[in-house]
Amino acid sequence: MKSKFILTLVFFLILLNVNLIASESKVLFLKTDWSFKGIFGKFDRGELRRGYQVYSEVCAGCHSISQLSYRNLSEKGGPEFSIKVVEDIAASFEIKDGPNSEGDMFTRPGRLPDKFPNPYPNIEAAKAANGGAYPPDMSVLVKARKGGAAYIFSLLQGYDEPPEGYQLDEGVYYNKYMDGNQIKMPNVLFDDLVEYADGTKATKEQMSKDISSFLTWASEPSLESRHKLGFKVILFLIILAVLVYFSMNRLWSRIESK
Amino acid sequence: MSEEKYIPKSKIGQWFDSRLPLLSLAHHLREYPTPKNLNYWWTFGAILTFCLITQIITGLVLAMHYVAHADFAFESVEHIMRDVNYGWLIRYFHANGSSMFFLAVYIHIFRALFYGSYKTPREMIWILGMFIYILMMATAFMGYVLPWGQMSFWAATVITNLFSALPIIGEGVVTWLWGGYAVDSPTLTRFYSLHYFLPFLIFALVVLHIWALHIPGNNNPIGIEIKKPSKDTVPFSPYIVVKDLYALIIFLIIFAGIIFFVPNILSHPDNYIKANPMVTPSHIVPEWYLLPFYAILRAVPSKLGGVIVMFSSLFILMFLPWLDTSKVRSMVFKPLSKIFFWILVIDVLVLGYLGAMPPEGWYLFFGRLATIYYFVHFLIILPVLGFKEKTIPLPISLSKPVLDEQIDLTGTKSINNSEILK
Repeated sequence: MKSKFILTLVFFLILLNVNLIASESKVLFLKTDWSFKGIFGKFDRGELRRGYQVYSEVCAGCHSISQLSYRNLSEKGGPEFSIKVVEDIAASFEIKDGPNSEGDMFTRPGRLPDKFPNPYPNIEAAKAANGGAYPPDMSVLVKARKGGAAYIFSLLQGYDEPPEGYQLDEGVYYNKYMDGNQIKMPNVLFDDLVEYADGTKATKEQMSKDISSFLTWASEPSLESRHKLGFKVILFLIILAVLVYFSMNRLWSRIESK
Repeated sequence: MSEEKYIPKSKIGQWFDSRLPLLSLAHHLREYPTPKNLNYWWTFGAILTFCLITQIITGLVLAMHYVAHADFAFESVEHIMRDVNYGWLIRYFHANGSSMFFLAVYIHIFRALFYGSYKTPREMIWILGMFIYILMMATAFMGYVLPWGQMSFWAATVITNLFSALPIIGEGVVTWLWGGYAVDSPTLTRFYSLHYFLPFLIFALVVLHIWALHIPGNNNPIGIEIKKPSKDTVPFSPYIVVKDLYALIIFLIIFAGIIFFVPNILSHPDNYIKANPMVTPSHIVPEWYLLPFYAILRAVPSKLGGVIVMFSSLFILMFLPWLDTSKVRSMVFKPLSKIFFWILVIDVLVLGYLGAMPPEGWYLFFGRLATIYYFVHFLIILPVLGFKEKTIPLPISLSKPVLDEQIDLTGTKSINNSEILK
């Protein structure tokens, strides 16, 4: 019975794998070392800070990141900028607030609890400004795409000349990793596009990796505390399991010896 | 119950117990005679109780922060993930908890199938269990809609649209379900309301399920009736409690592994895109635990036919105690049934796999084949096997082995009884 159960399990796992291979064999994403993968995975602070720089200088023009507050930038497990730096970042944004006691809306400099403002007043305006395509909100983008960070990382480097005889629509770019190979977003990253504050050379690959890490954190700000707590919980459960196992054996030995 | 009547020692206890016999109930639960040869497949009852209670508790906390409105539901889930203290933990627990719940319930159901736990006198337990299972699916489906992502929205659209297949009243029923002419806020709020209510109904049915169990007592891997209490039984506490606890902890280790390290592995990336009625996902799939039924639904070329066949595949299980004509409960003594059992397991897994695939070409062909086999198993193979199958002789009790002569007389191969008892 046990062996049959294992056989069934193996069979099921094979099915699952065939499924995964079948769906992903079309495009293999570019590989790189992600520091946040694995049981002890953590974000690389430098990467997140550079990623934020790429986001604010390149992506933020079109993409909103509406679930993120300025305060998140200083929180543990994130880019961990100092409060002072984040206050300055927040203050550099104009936030619409109100109405005041006269009933008028007004703008004021951003504060820590404010959310990042959207670059466009609404989705229609965003579409109109981007040739009919809506630049997706980046708050949970990594979790909303198959392949996650690897997908973003690959997509940003996936711009290429279309193959011979490929019919490309008007206002659309060819990208190896995009579903259907057609993307409305132009190729935005070029070597040395940004000048990193920490002196890292801003190659296209470096920037792609930094922004992908940053977006992974933005999608999952609790990732580090989740990994840490998970390790403790599982360790606790394993110790408990061992203790309960031996107590159980001791208890049941009374029955079996009868 | 062949237990002696319990009388509390203290005067106050006697006074209380004669008016509200809670102490007697506690005593019954403690002393409840359980077969001593139960294996680990029997621990899933306790695991399922744990799942239901934790789902209710985490759900209550989530409900404190969730906003059931088409414009805010998606954002409120992200608010829980980001701003609520340990909100990510509660939400991942609840979301993956449903998957673990179904994993446990499937093992629980297949255990009942293997050891014939649905057979007389336990039909009521089985039927109540099936009602619980159907309610669980309804609850889980509505829960999947609440985050208001793309898959939520389109799953709700596809499933509610099934009712439009009903003749004459179909369209009206769908409009009534939606609370409008499309899936929108009214649909979301009623799903939320029902998702909140149904678990309590499930809880009530679980109480009945356990009550019904305590009338005949547990089945066991050998499947023979045993005297209770006797040498073959142990009191529920502490023997079964500690065994259930051990199994639960192992279950929790796997559960924790998913929650903390791969919390999104069982969900679809599209559900992190806010619902958009204007954009249909390329591939609409339900959660994994509903996939076999989704495959059955799509195996039938007509919409109404698909709906009927899908619901039949569920309701047919209710009649299982009468479809199985065998006199012997446990498949340990039914070599042929055992083979067909494993074929059924594979059939359901194949259906699950095909449910995740697009319904075209070979996928559709095998989907139809597996659907037909599913019904053939329950409607033909099972009743016929009961009459035709030559079973291995049963032991007289758990502690007494089969008489050697008996084995020789029937000509079946002798089995080592002590091996079965393990």
